[in-house]
Amino acid sequence: MGIRERLSGNEAAAIAMKQINPDVVAAFPITPSTEIPQYFSTFVSNGEVDTEFVAVESEHSAMSACIGAQAAGGRAMTATSANGLSLMWEMIYIASSLRLPIVMSLVNRAVSGPLNIHNDHSDAMGVRDSGWIQLFSENNQEAYDNLIMAHRIAEHKDVLLPLMVCQDGFITSHSIENIELIEDDKVKEFVGKYQPEHYLLNDKEPIAVGPLDLQGYLFEHKVQQAEAMRKAKDVILEVAKDFEKMTGRKYGLFEEYKMEDAELVVVCMNSTAGTTKATVDELRAKGVKAGLLKIRVFRPFPAEEVAKALTKAKAVAVLDKADSLNAVGGALFEDVVSGMFVSKVNVPTVNYIYGIGGRDTTVQDIESVYNDLSKIVENGDIGNPYRYLGVRGDK
Amino acid sequence: MSNLIEIRWHGRGGQGAKTASLLLADAAFNTGKYIQGFPEYGPERMGAPITAYNRISDEPITVHSNIYYPDYVVVVDDSLLESVDVTAGLKKEGAIVINTTKEDEEIKKLLNGYEGNIYKIDARKVSMETLGKYFPNTPMLAAIVKVSGVMSEEAFLEDMIGSFKHKFAKKPEVIDGNMKALEMALKEVSKVN
Repeated sequence: MGIRERLSGNEAAAIAMKQINPDVVAAFPITPSTEIPQYFSTFVSNGEVDTEFVAVESEHSAMSACIGAQAAGGRAMTATSANGLSLMWEMIYIASSLRLPIVMSLVNRAVSGPLNIHNDHSDAMGVRDSGWIQLFSENNQEAYDNLIMAHRIAEHKDVLLPLMVCQDGFITSHSIENIELIEDDKVKEFVGKYQPEHYLLNDKEPIAVGPLDLQGYLFEHKVQQAEAMRKAKDVILEVAKDFEKMTGRKYGLFEEYKMEDAELVVVCMNSTAGTTKATVDELRAKGVKAGLLKIRVFRPFPAEEVAKALTKAKAVAVLDKADSLNAVGGALFEDVVSGMFVSKVNVPTVNYIYGIGGRDTTVQDIESVYNDLSKIVENGDIGNPYRYLGVRGDK
Repeated sequence: MSNLIEIRWHGRGGQGAKTASLLLADAAFNTGKYIQGFPEYGPERMGAPITAYNRISDEPITVHSNIYYPDYVVVVDDSLLESVDVTAGLKKEGAIVINTTKEDEEIKKLLNGYEGNIYKIDARKVSMETLGKYFPNTPMLAAIVKVSGVMSEEAFLEDMIGSFKHKFAKKPEVIDGNMKALEMALKEVSKVN
Protein backbone atom coordinates (compact mmCIF):
# COMPACT_ATOMS: atom_id res chain seq x y z
CA MET A 1 0.00 0.00 0.00
CA GLY A 2 1.28 3.44 -0.89
CA ILE A 3 2.14 6.28 1.44
CA ARG A 4 -0.64 8.81 2.21
CA GLU A 5 0.83 12.31 1.87
CA ARG A 6 -0.11 15.87 1.01
CA LEU A 7 2.13 17.70 -1.42
CA SER A 8 2.08 20.45 -4.00
CA GLY A 9 2.54 19.46 -7.64
CA ASN A 10 6.10 20.79 -7.57
CA GLU A 11 6.90 18.82 -4.41
CA ALA A 12 5.40 15.71 -6.03
CA ALA A 13 7.60 16.17 -9.12
CA ALA A 14 10.72 16.73 -7.03
CA ILE A 15 10.03 13.63 -4.93
CA ALA A 16 9.51 11.54 -8.08
CA MET A 17 12.91 12.77 -9.28
CA LYS A 18 14.46 11.89 -5.91
CA GLN A 19 13.07 8.37 -6.11
CA ILE A 20 14.23 8.01 -9.74
CA ASN A 21 17.69 9.24 -8.66
CA PRO A 22 18.95 10.18 -12.15
CA ASP A 23 22.66 10.53 -12.97
CA VAL A 24 22.39 14.20 -13.93
CA VAL A 25 19.92 17.03 -13.33
CA ALA A 26 20.67 20.31 -15.10
CA ALA A 27 18.22 23.15 -14.56
CA PHE A 28 17.78 26.89 -14.39
CA PRO A 29 15.04 28.37 -12.17
CA ILE A 30 11.92 29.90 -13.68
CA THR A 31 8.47 30.49 -12.15
CA PRO A 32 6.38 28.39 -11.55
CA SER A 33 8.74 25.38 -11.80
CA THR A 34 11.56 26.92 -9.71
CA GLU A 35 10.73 24.81 -6.66
CA ILE A 36 11.48 21.56 -8.50
CA PRO A 37 15.25 22.15 -8.95
CA GLN A 38 15.23 24.00 -5.60
CA TYR A 39 13.89 20.98 -3.68
CA PHE A 40 16.02 18.63 -5.77
CA SER A 41 19.22 20.52 -5.03
CA THR A 42 18.39 20.08 -1.31
CA PHE A 43 18.19 16.31 -1.87
CA VAL A 44 21.61 16.52 -3.54
CA SER A 45 23.10 18.55 -0.66
CA ASN A 46 21.66 16.14 1.91
CA GLY A 47 23.11 13.16 0.08
CA GLU A 48 19.65 11.68 -0.53
CA VAL A 49 20.46 11.15 -4.24
CA ASP A 50 23.67 10.37 -6.14
CA THR A 51 22.83 12.86 -8.86
CA GLU A 52 25.29 15.35 -10.34
CA PHE A 53 23.35 18.62 -10.14
CA VAL A 54 24.48 21.13 -12.76
CA ALA A 55 23.47 24.68 -11.85
CA VAL A 56 23.67 26.15 -15.35
CA GLU A 57 23.45 29.81 -16.39
CA SER A 58 20.49 29.41 -18.80
CA GLU A 59 17.89 26.94 -20.01
CA HIS A 60 19.73 26.56 -23.32
CA SER A 61 22.65 25.25 -21.28
CA ALA A 62 20.34 23.14 -19.12
CA MET A 63 19.10 21.22 -22.15
CA SER A 64 22.62 21.11 -23.64
CA ALA A 65 23.97 19.60 -20.42
CA CYS A 66 21.14 17.03 -20.41
CA ILE A 67 21.97 16.13 -24.02
CA GLY A 68 25.65 15.72 -23.19
CA ALA A 69 24.92 13.63 -20.11
CA GLN A 70 22.38 11.41 -21.82
CA ALA A 71 24.59 10.92 -24.90
CA ALA A 72 27.46 9.98 -22.60
CA GLY A 73 25.32 7.15 -21.24
CA GLY A 74 23.66 8.73 -18.20
CA ARG A 75 20.06 9.36 -17.24
CA ALA A 76 19.33 13.10 -17.35
CA MET A 77 16.36 15.14 -16.13
CA THR A 78 15.36 18.80 -16.04
CA ALA A 79 12.43 21.05 -15.20
CA THR A 80 11.26 24.31 -16.73
CA SER A 81 8.34 26.54 -17.77
CA ALA A 82 7.33 28.94 -20.53
CA ASN A 83 10.22 31.17 -21.60
CA GLY A 84 12.69 28.68 -20.14
CA LEU A 85 11.40 26.14 -22.63
CA SER A 86 11.53 28.81 -25.35
CA LEU A 87 15.22 29.36 -24.65
CA MET A 88 15.78 25.58 -24.90
CA TRP A 89 14.08 25.52 -28.31
CA GLU A 90 17.17 24.79 -30.43
CA MET A 91 18.32 21.99 -28.12
CA ILE A 92 14.81 20.52 -27.73
CA TYR A 93 14.87 19.42 -31.37
CA ILE A 94 18.44 18.18 -31.07
CA ALA A 95 17.55 16.05 -28.02
CA SER A 96 14.77 14.27 -29.88
CA SER A 97 16.63 13.87 -33.18
CA LEU A 98 19.61 12.36 -31.34
CA ARG A 99 17.09 9.92 -29.83
CA LEU A 100 18.07 10.78 -26.26
CA PRO A 101 15.41 9.75 -23.72
CA ILE A 102 15.76 12.82 -21.48
CA VAL A 103 12.84 13.42 -19.10
CA MET A 104 11.54 16.91 -18.34
CA SER A 105 9.01 18.18 -15.85
CA LEU A 106 7.23 21.03 -17.65
CA VAL A 107 5.14 23.24 -15.39
CA ASN A 108 2.91 24.94 -17.91
CA ARG A 109 2.89 28.73 -18.03
CA ALA A 110 2.01 31.35 -20.64
CA VAL A 111 4.88 32.22 -22.96
CA SER A 112 5.57 35.98 -22.99
CA GLY A 113 4.57 38.49 -24.03
CA PRO A 114 3.43 40.58 -22.49
CA LEU A 115 4.95 39.06 -19.37
CA ASN A 116 2.64 36.66 -17.55
CA ILE A 117 3.68 34.06 -14.99
CA HIS A 118 0.38 32.17 -14.87
CA ASN A 119 -0.88 29.01 -16.44
CA ASP A 120 -1.82 28.20 -19.97
CA HIS A 121 -0.48 25.63 -22.41
CA SER A 122 1.31 27.87 -24.91
CA ASP A 123 4.73 26.55 -23.81
CA ALA A 124 3.84 22.88 -24.41
CA MET A 125 1.99 23.66 -27.64
CA GLY A 126 5.05 25.49 -28.94
CA VAL A 127 7.03 22.24 -28.94
CA ARG A 128 4.26 19.87 -29.94
CA ASP A 129 5.98 19.08 -33.25
CA SER A 130 9.49 18.72 -31.79
CA GLY A 131 9.50 14.95 -31.40
CA TRP A 132 9.05 14.85 -27.61
CA ILE A 133 6.47 12.60 -26.01
CA GLN A 134 4.04 14.81 -24.05
CA LEU A 135 2.04 13.51 -21.08
CA PHE A 136 -0.47 15.80 -19.35
CA SER A 137 -1.44 15.56 -15.68
CA GLU A 138 -4.72 16.52 -14.01
CA ASN A 139 -3.26 16.89 -10.51
CA ASN A 140 -0.20 16.31 -8.31
CA GLN A 141 -0.85 12.55 -8.28
CA GLU A 142 -0.74 12.29 -12.06
CA ALA A 143 2.30 14.58 -12.32
CA TYR A 144 4.06 12.17 -9.94
CA ASP A 145 2.79 8.96 -11.54
CA ASN A 146 3.62 10.15 -15.07
CA LEU A 147 7.20 10.91 -14.02
CA ILE A 148 7.59 7.47 -12.44
CA MET A 149 6.45 5.92 -15.75
CA ALA A 150 8.43 8.34 -17.95
CA HIS A 151 11.83 6.62 -18.17
CA ARG A 152 10.36 3.20 -18.90
CA ILE A 153 8.55 4.73 -21.89
CA ALA A 154 11.29 7.06 -23.15
CA GLU A 155 14.13 4.53 -22.81
CA HIS A 156 12.27 1.60 -24.42
CA LYS A 157 14.25 0.33 -27.41
CA ASP A 158 11.26 0.85 -29.74
CA VAL A 159 10.94 4.48 -28.61
CA LEU A 160 14.19 6.25 -27.56
CA LEU A 161 12.55 9.68 -27.48
CA PRO A 162 12.66 12.44 -24.87
CA LEU A 163 9.53 12.89 -22.78
CA MET A 164 7.96 15.81 -20.95
CA VAL A 165 5.42 15.52 -18.14
CA CYS A 166 3.16 18.58 -18.08
CA GLN A 167 1.15 19.99 -15.18
CA ASP A 168 -0.62 23.33 -14.72
CA GLY A 169 1.52 26.11 -13.26
CA PHE A 170 0.28 27.37 -9.87
CA ILE A 171 -3.08 25.60 -10.22
CA THR A 172 -1.52 22.23 -9.41
CA SER A 173 2.18 23.11 -9.01
CA HIS A 174 1.47 25.32 -5.96
CA SER A 175 -1.65 23.65 -4.56
CA ILE A 176 -1.25 21.28 -1.62
CA GLU A 177 -3.40 18.21 -2.16
CA ASN A 178 -3.64 14.60 -1.06
CA ILE A 179 -1.37 12.18 -2.90
CA GLU A 180 -0.39 8.54 -2.60
CA LEU A 181 3.36 8.03 -2.94
CA ILE A 182 5.04 4.76 -3.86
CA GLU A 183 7.73 3.29 -1.62
CA ASP A 184 11.32 4.16 -2.68
CA ASP A 185 12.39 0.55 -3.31
CA LYS A 186 9.34 -0.14 -5.46
CA VAL A 187 10.04 2.93 -7.61
CA LYS A 188 13.68 1.92 -7.97
CA GLU A 189 12.70 -1.55 -9.12
CA PHE A 190 9.97 -0.22 -11.44
CA VAL A 191 12.15 2.39 -13.14
CA GLY A 192 15.12 0.02 -13.41
CA LYS A 193 18.70 0.67 -14.39
CA TYR A 194 19.46 2.70 -17.52
CA GLN A 195 21.35 0.54 -19.97
CA PRO A 196 21.81 2.38 -23.26
CA GLU A 197 22.79 0.30 -26.27
CA HIS A 198 25.09 2.99 -27.70
CA TYR A 199 26.75 5.77 -25.70
CA LEU A 200 29.76 8.05 -25.89
CA LEU A 201 31.62 6.79 -22.84
CA ASN A 202 31.67 3.21 -24.13
CA ASP A 203 35.36 2.72 -25.01
CA LYS A 204 34.55 -0.59 -26.71
CA GLU A 205 32.46 1.17 -29.34
CA PRO A 206 33.67 4.63 -30.34
CA ILE A 207 30.78 6.56 -31.93
CA ALA A 208 30.00 10.06 -33.15
CA VAL A 209 26.75 11.72 -32.02
CA GLY A 210 25.01 14.40 -34.07
CA PRO A 211 27.26 14.83 -37.13
CA LEU A 212 26.24 16.34 -40.48
CA ASP A 213 23.13 14.69 -41.95
CA LEU A 214 22.37 15.96 -45.45
CA GLN A 215 20.06 15.07 -48.36
CA GLY A 216 21.11 11.45 -48.36
CA TYR A 217 20.01 10.61 -44.80
CA LEU A 218 18.04 13.22 -42.85
CA PHE A 219 14.70 12.21 -44.39
CA GLU A 220 15.13 8.55 -43.36
CA HIS A 221 16.18 9.61 -39.89
CA LYS A 222 13.03 11.74 -39.54
CA VAL A 223 10.92 8.77 -40.67
CA GLN A 224 12.57 6.69 -37.95
CA GLN A 225 11.71 9.37 -35.38
CA ALA A 226 8.11 9.36 -36.60
CA GLU A 227 8.02 5.57 -36.45
CA ALA A 228 9.32 5.67 -32.86
CA MET A 229 6.54 8.10 -31.96
CA ARG A 230 3.96 5.76 -33.51
CA LYS A 231 5.35 2.80 -31.54
CA ALA A 232 5.37 4.83 -28.32
CA LYS A 233 1.59 4.39 -28.00
CA ASP A 234 1.87 0.66 -27.34
CA VAL A 235 4.83 1.13 -25.00
CA ILE A 236 2.92 3.76 -23.00
CA LEU A 237 0.05 1.31 -22.52
CA GLU A 238 2.40 -1.55 -21.65
CA VAL A 239 4.14 0.54 -18.97
CA ALA A 240 0.75 1.69 -17.66
CA LYS A 241 -0.27 -1.95 -17.17
CA ASP A 242 2.80 -2.66 -15.05
CA PHE A 243 2.19 0.57 -13.14
CA GLU A 244 -1.38 -0.49 -12.40
CA LYS A 245 -0.11 -3.84 -11.05
CA MET A 246 2.15 -1.92 -8.65
CA THR A 247 -0.25 0.84 -7.55
CA GLY A 248 -3.77 -0.07 -8.62
CA ARG A 249 -3.93 3.24 -10.50
CA LYS A 250 -5.03 2.79 -14.10
CA TYR A 251 -3.72 4.95 -16.94
CA GLY A 252 -4.47 4.92 -20.69
CA LEU A 253 -3.87 7.21 -23.63
CA PHE A 254 -6.81 9.22 -22.31
CA GLU A 255 -9.35 8.91 -19.53
CA GLU A 256 -13.05 8.49 -20.24
CA TYR A 257 -15.24 9.90 -17.47
CA LYS A 258 -18.92 8.88 -17.59
CA MET A 259 -18.58 8.35 -21.34
CA GLU A 260 -20.60 5.07 -21.66
CA ASP A 261 -23.82 6.84 -22.65
CA ALA A 262 -22.53 10.43 -22.90
CA GLU A 263 -24.21 12.65 -25.48
CA LEU A 264 -22.48 15.94 -24.67
CA VAL A 265 -18.70 15.55 -24.42
CA VAL A 266 -15.92 17.93 -23.39
CA VAL A 267 -12.33 17.12 -24.43
CA CYS A 268 -9.59 18.84 -22.43
CA MET A 269 -6.25 18.36 -20.62
CA ASN A 270 -4.59 18.95 -17.23
CA SER A 271 -6.34 20.51 -14.22
CA THR A 272 -9.45 21.66 -16.14
CA ALA A 273 -10.32 17.98 -16.52
CA GLY A 274 -10.83 17.81 -12.73
CA THR A 275 -13.12 20.83 -12.77
CA THR A 276 -14.97 19.21 -15.68
CA LYS A 277 -15.46 15.99 -13.68
CA ALA A 278 -17.19 17.99 -10.93
CA THR A 279 -19.35 19.66 -13.61
CA VAL A 280 -20.25 16.30 -15.18
CA ASP A 281 -21.31 15.00 -11.74
CA GLU A 282 -23.57 18.03 -11.20
CA LEU A 283 -25.12 17.70 -14.67
CA ARG A 284 -25.59 13.94 -14.34
CA ALA A 285 -27.53 14.58 -11.10
CA LYS A 286 -29.90 16.72 -13.21
CA GLY A 287 -30.24 13.97 -15.84
CA VAL A 288 -27.94 15.53 -18.47
CA LYS A 289 -25.87 12.91 -20.27
CA ALA A 290 -22.55 14.71 -19.96
CA GLY A 291 -19.14 13.10 -20.33
CA LEU A 292 -15.45 13.98 -20.34
CA LEU A 293 -12.58 12.76 -22.47
CA LYS A 294 -9.34 13.79 -20.78
CA ILE A 295 -6.26 13.59 -22.98
CA ARG A 296 -3.24 12.19 -21.12
CA VAL A 297 -1.02 11.42 -24.09
CA PHE A 298 -0.93 14.43 -26.41
CA ARG A 299 2.22 13.31 -28.27
CA PRO A 300 1.91 10.74 -29.78
CA PHE A 301 -1.67 11.86 -30.44
CA PRO A 302 -4.13 8.95 -30.18
CA ALA A 303 -6.24 10.18 -33.11
CA GLU A 304 -7.94 6.92 -34.02
CA GLU A 305 -8.72 5.98 -30.41
CA VAL A 306 -10.11 9.44 -29.60
CA ALA A 307 -12.28 9.41 -32.73
CA LYS A 308 -13.65 6.00 -31.77
CA ALA A 309 -14.43 7.16 -28.23
CA LEU A 310 -16.42 10.10 -29.64
CA THR A 311 -18.51 8.02 -32.09
CA LYS A 312 -21.63 7.95 -29.90
CA ALA A 313 -21.55 11.61 -28.86
CA LYS A 314 -24.16 14.06 -30.18
CA ALA A 315 -21.95 17.14 -29.75
CA VAL A 316 -18.34 17.68 -28.71
CA ALA A 317 -16.44 20.70 -27.35
CA VAL A 318 -12.64 20.68 -27.46
CA LEU A 319 -11.01 23.06 -24.95
CA ASP A 320 -7.63 24.55 -25.86
CA LYS A 321 -5.61 26.41 -23.21
CA ALA A 322 -3.48 28.03 -25.91
CA ASP A 323 -4.52 29.91 -29.02
CA SER A 324 -2.69 28.85 -32.17
CA LEU A 325 -3.37 32.33 -33.64
CA ASN A 326 -3.92 30.67 -37.00
CA ALA A 327 -7.35 32.26 -37.55
CA VAL A 328 -8.94 28.84 -37.03
CA GLY A 329 -8.76 26.36 -34.13
CA GLY A 330 -6.41 25.47 -31.28
CA ALA A 331 -3.93 22.59 -31.53
CA LEU A 332 -5.96 20.02 -29.59
CA PHE A 333 -9.09 20.87 -31.58
CA GLU A 334 -7.29 20.42 -34.89
CA ASP A 335 -5.88 17.07 -33.83
CA VAL A 336 -9.24 15.82 -32.56
CA VAL A 337 -11.25 16.87 -35.62
CA SER A 338 -8.68 15.64 -38.13
CA GLY A 339 -8.72 12.28 -36.32
CA MET A 340 -12.52 12.25 -36.49
CA PHE A 341 -12.51 13.16 -40.20
CA VAL A 342 -10.03 10.43 -41.14
CA SER A 343 -12.00 7.87 -39.12
CA LYS A 344 -15.28 9.13 -40.69
CA VAL A 345 -16.75 10.12 -37.31
CA ASN A 346 -19.17 12.91 -38.08
CA VAL A 347 -20.22 14.57 -34.82
CA PRO A 348 -20.75 18.35 -34.49
CA THR A 349 -17.58 19.63 -32.81
CA VAL A 350 -16.67 23.11 -31.59
CA ASN A 351 -13.52 24.67 -30.18
CA TYR A 352 -13.13 26.92 -27.14
CA ILE A 353 -9.95 28.85 -26.38
CA TYR A 354 -9.94 29.33 -22.59
CA GLY A 355 -7.86 30.04 -19.49
CA ILE A 356 -5.23 32.13 -21.27
CA GLY A 357 -2.63 33.69 -18.96
CA GLY A 358 -4.16 32.10 -15.87
CA ARG A 359 -7.77 33.24 -16.42
CA ASP A 360 -9.64 31.12 -13.87
CA THR A 361 -11.95 28.41 -15.22
CA THR A 362 -14.84 27.45 -12.94
CA VAL A 363 -17.51 24.76 -12.82
CA GLN A 364 -19.94 27.47 -14.02
CA ASP A 365 -17.74 28.12 -17.07
CA ILE A 366 -17.65 24.43 -17.99
CA GLU A 367 -21.39 24.16 -17.38
CA SER A 368 -21.93 26.94 -19.94
CA VAL A 369 -20.02 24.82 -22.49
CA TYR A 370 -22.33 21.84 -21.89
CA ASN A 371 -25.31 24.21 -22.22
CA ASP A 372 -23.94 25.39 -25.55
CA LEU A 373 -23.56 21.77 -26.69
CA SER A 374 -27.11 21.05 -25.67
CA LYS A 375 -28.28 23.97 -27.86
CA ILE A 376 -26.23 22.65 -30.79
CA VAL A 377 -27.98 19.28 -30.50
CA GLU A 378 -31.37 21.01 -30.22
CA ASN A 379 -30.86 23.33 -33.22
CA GLY A 380 -28.83 20.97 -35.38
CA ASP A 381 -26.53 23.90 -36.15
CA ILE A 382 -23.07 24.47 -34.69
CA GLY A 383 -22.90 28.17 -35.55
CA ASN A 384 -19.39 29.53 -35.11
CA PRO A 385 -17.08 26.57 -34.32
CA TYR A 386 -14.24 28.83 -33.09
CA ARG A 387 -15.21 30.22 -29.71
CA TYR A 388 -13.82 31.68 -26.50
CA LEU A 389 -14.67 30.71 -22.93
CA GLY A 390 -14.33 33.20 -20.08
CA VAL A 391 -13.18 36.17 -22.15
CA ARG A 392 -14.63 39.67 -21.77
CA GLY A 393 -16.43 41.29 -24.68
CA ASP A 394 -17.85 39.52 -27.76
CA LYS A 395 -17.25 35.80 -27.89
CA MET B 1 -19.73 16.52 -2.32
CA SER B 2 -22.22 17.85 0.21
CA ASN B 3 -19.64 17.67 3.01
CA LEU B 4 -17.27 20.00 1.14
CA ILE B 5 -16.14 23.06 3.10
CA GLU B 6 -14.67 26.00 1.16
CA ILE B 7 -12.70 28.74 2.94
CA ARG B 8 -11.28 32.00 1.58
CA TRP B 9 -8.51 33.93 3.33
CA HIS B 10 -7.92 37.65 2.91
CA GLY B 11 -4.66 39.07 4.16
CA ARG B 12 -1.74 41.24 3.23
CA GLY B 13 1.59 40.01 1.92
CA GLY B 14 3.85 39.14 4.86
CA GLN B 15 1.09 38.37 7.39
CA GLY B 16 1.15 34.66 6.76
CA ALA B 17 -2.35 34.09 5.33
CA LYS B 18 -0.88 31.66 2.81
CA THR B 19 1.01 29.80 5.54
CA ALA B 20 -2.13 29.69 7.68
CA SER B 21 -4.12 28.16 4.81
CA LEU B 22 -1.41 25.53 4.31
CA LEU B 23 -1.32 24.78 8.07
CA LEU B 24 -5.11 24.38 8.09
CA ALA B 25 -4.84 22.02 5.11
CA ASP B 26 -2.17 20.07 6.99
CA ALA B 27 -4.24 19.78 10.15
CA ALA B 28 -7.33 18.65 8.23
CA PHE B 29 -5.22 16.17 6.23
CA ASN B 30 -3.98 14.69 9.49
CA THR B 31 -7.56 14.05 10.62
CA GLY B 32 -8.06 11.95 7.46
CA LYS B 33 -9.65 14.53 5.17
CA TYR B 34 -9.10 15.31 1.52
CA ILE B 35 -7.70 18.81 1.27
CA GLN B 36 -6.62 21.62 -1.02
CA GLY B 37 -4.61 24.63 0.14
CA PHE B 38 -3.54 27.20 -2.43
CA PRO B 39 -2.85 30.90 -2.69
CA GLU B 40 -3.89 33.16 -5.53
CA TYR B 41 -0.61 34.56 -6.75
CA GLY B 42 -0.57 38.18 -7.77
CA PRO B 43 2.11 40.81 -7.35
CA GLU B 44 4.17 39.36 -4.50
CA ARG B 45 5.12 42.21 -2.18
CA MET B 46 4.78 43.05 1.49
CA GLY B 47 1.47 44.69 2.29
CA ALA B 48 -0.35 43.92 -0.98
CA PRO B 49 -3.78 42.29 -0.57
CA ILE B 50 -3.52 38.52 -1.05
CA THR B 51 -6.08 35.73 -1.18
CA ALA B 52 -5.61 32.08 -0.22
CA TYR B 53 -8.04 29.18 -0.29
CA ASN B 54 -8.90 25.87 1.35
CA ARG B 55 -11.17 23.05 0.28
CA ILE B 56 -11.74 20.32 2.87
CA SER B 57 -13.86 17.25 2.21
CA ASP B 58 -14.43 13.61 3.16
CA GLU B 59 -14.26 12.73 -0.55
CA PRO B 60 -11.60 13.35 -3.22
CA ILE B 61 -11.67 16.94 -4.54
CA THR B 62 -11.34 17.39 -8.32
CA VAL B 63 -12.29 21.06 -8.81
CA HIS B 64 -9.30 23.25 -9.65
CA SER B 65 -10.53 26.82 -9.58
CA ASN B 66 -10.55 29.67 -7.10
CA ILE B 67 -13.42 29.81 -4.61
CA TYR B 68 -16.21 32.29 -5.37
CA TYR B 69 -18.95 31.00 -3.03
CA PRO B 70 -17.09 30.20 0.19
CA ASP B 71 -18.65 28.73 3.32
CA TYR B 72 -16.24 30.74 5.46
CA VAL B 73 -14.09 33.82 5.07
CA VAL B 74 -11.10 34.76 7.25
CA VAL B 75 -9.90 38.38 7.28
CA VAL B 76 -6.39 38.62 8.68
CA ASP B 77 -6.17 42.43 8.39
CA ASP B 78 -9.24 44.61 9.02
CA SER B 79 -7.88 47.47 6.89
CA LEU B 80 -8.94 45.25 3.95
CA LEU B 81 -12.60 45.67 4.89
CA GLU B 82 -12.59 49.10 3.28
CA SER B 83 -10.89 48.10 0.02
CA VAL B 84 -11.85 44.46 -0.64
CA ASP B 85 -15.38 43.03 -0.89
CA VAL B 86 -14.57 40.26 1.59
CA THR B 87 -18.12 38.90 1.81
CA ALA B 88 -18.47 38.54 -1.99
CA GLY B 89 -20.27 35.24 -2.62
CA LEU B 90 -20.03 34.23 1.06
CA LYS B 91 -22.91 31.88 1.90
CA LYS B 92 -25.31 33.30 4.47
CA GLU B 93 -25.38 29.90 6.23
CA GLY B 94 -21.62 30.36 6.61
CA ALA B 95 -19.60 32.85 8.64
CA ILE B 96 -16.84 35.42 8.51
CA VAL B 97 -14.13 35.81 11.15
CA ILE B 98 -12.18 39.05 11.34
CA ASN B 99 -9.03 40.13 13.14
CA THR B 100 -10.14 43.46 14.55
CA THR B 101 -10.61 45.68 17.58
CA LYS B 102 -13.51 47.54 15.98
CA GLU B 103 -16.91 47.76 17.69
CA ASP B 104 -19.66 45.41 16.49
CA GLU B 105 -21.73 48.16 14.85
CA GLU B 106 -18.73 49.45 12.92
CA ILE B 107 -17.85 45.96 11.67
CA LYS B 108 -21.39 45.34 10.48
CA LYS B 109 -21.40 48.63 8.59
CA LEU B 110 -18.31 47.54 6.67
CA LEU B 111 -19.77 44.17 5.60
CA ASN B 112 -22.39 45.32 3.07
CA GLY B 113 -25.30 43.87 5.03
CA TYR B 114 -23.91 40.35 5.21
CA GLU B 115 -26.65 38.24 6.83
CA GLY B 116 -24.59 35.31 8.13
CA ASN B 117 -22.69 34.95 11.38
CA ILE B 118 -19.86 37.36 12.08
CA TYR B 119 -17.02 36.60 14.49
CA LYS B 120 -14.14 38.74 15.65
CA ILE B 121 -10.88 38.27 17.48
CA ASP B 122 -8.09 40.63 18.51
CA ALA B 123 -5.27 38.61 17.01
CA ARG B 124 -2.77 41.37 17.81
CA LYS B 125 -3.51 41.07 21.52
CA VAL B 126 -3.29 37.26 21.40
CA SER B 127 -0.06 37.34 19.43
CA MET B 128 1.61 40.03 21.57
CA GLU B 129 0.66 38.28 24.84
CA THR B 130 1.82 34.82 23.74
CA LEU B 131 4.56 35.45 21.18
CA GLY B 132 5.66 38.98 22.02
CA LYS B 133 5.48 39.83 18.31
CA TYR B 134 2.68 40.41 15.84
CA PHE B 135 2.02 37.21 13.86
CA PRO B 136 -1.73 37.28 13.21
CA ASN B 137 -1.87 34.03 11.24
CA THR B 138 -1.53 31.66 14.21
CA PRO B 139 -4.51 33.10 16.15
CA MET B 140 -6.56 33.33 12.94
CA LEU B 141 -5.90 29.67 12.20
CA ALA B 142 -7.35 28.71 15.59
CA ALA B 143 -10.26 31.11 15.08
CA ILE B 144 -11.36 29.53 11.80
CA VAL B 145 -11.07 26.01 13.24
CA LYS B 146 -13.36 27.09 16.08
CA VAL B 147 -15.86 28.92 13.86
CA SER B 148 -16.02 26.29 11.09
CA GLY B 149 -15.92 23.23 13.35
CA VAL B 150 -13.93 21.53 10.61
CA MET B 151 -12.28 19.45 13.34
CA SER B 152 -12.43 19.16 17.11
CA GLU B 153 -10.34 21.62 19.13
CA GLU B 154 -8.54 18.72 20.84
CA ALA B 155 -7.59 17.04 17.55
CA PHE B 156 -6.48 20.40 16.16
CA LEU B 157 -4.24 21.28 19.12
CA GLU B 158 -2.75 17.81 19.21
CA ASP B 159 -1.94 17.96 15.52
CA MET B 160 -0.51 21.47 15.68
CA ILE B 161 2.10 20.47 18.27
CA GLY B 162 3.46 18.06 15.67
CA SER B 163 3.29 20.65 12.89
CA PHE B 164 5.09 23.32 14.93
CA LYS B 165 7.78 20.86 16.02
CA HIS B 166 8.41 20.18 12.34
CA LYS B 167 8.07 23.79 11.18
CA PHE B 168 10.19 25.28 13.97
CA ALA B 169 12.74 22.46 14.22
CA LYS B 170 15.50 25.08 14.21
CA LYS B 171 13.90 27.43 16.76
CA PRO B 172 12.05 25.20 19.27
CA GLU B 173 11.77 28.12 21.71
CA VAL B 174 8.80 29.51 19.73
CA ILE B 175 6.73 26.29 19.83
CA ASP B 176 5.28 26.94 23.31
CA GLY B 177 4.32 30.52 22.42
CA ASN B 178 2.58 29.38 19.23
CA MET B 179 0.65 26.68 21.08
CA LYS B 180 -0.40 29.25 23.70
CA ALA B 181 -1.49 31.57 20.87
CA LEU B 182 -3.74 28.82 19.48
CA GLU B 183 -5.23 27.99 22.89
CA MET B 184 -5.85 31.63 23.74
CA ALA B 185 -7.35 32.34 20.32
CA LEU B 186 -9.82 29.45 20.69
CA LYS B 187 -11.13 31.22 23.81
CA GLU B 188 -10.92 34.81 22.55
CA VAL B 189 -12.96 34.49 19.35
CA SER B 190 -16.38 36.04 19.93
CA LYS B 191 -19.62 36.52 18.02
CA VAL B 192 -20.53 39.95 16.71
CA ASN B 193 -24.15 40.72 17.61
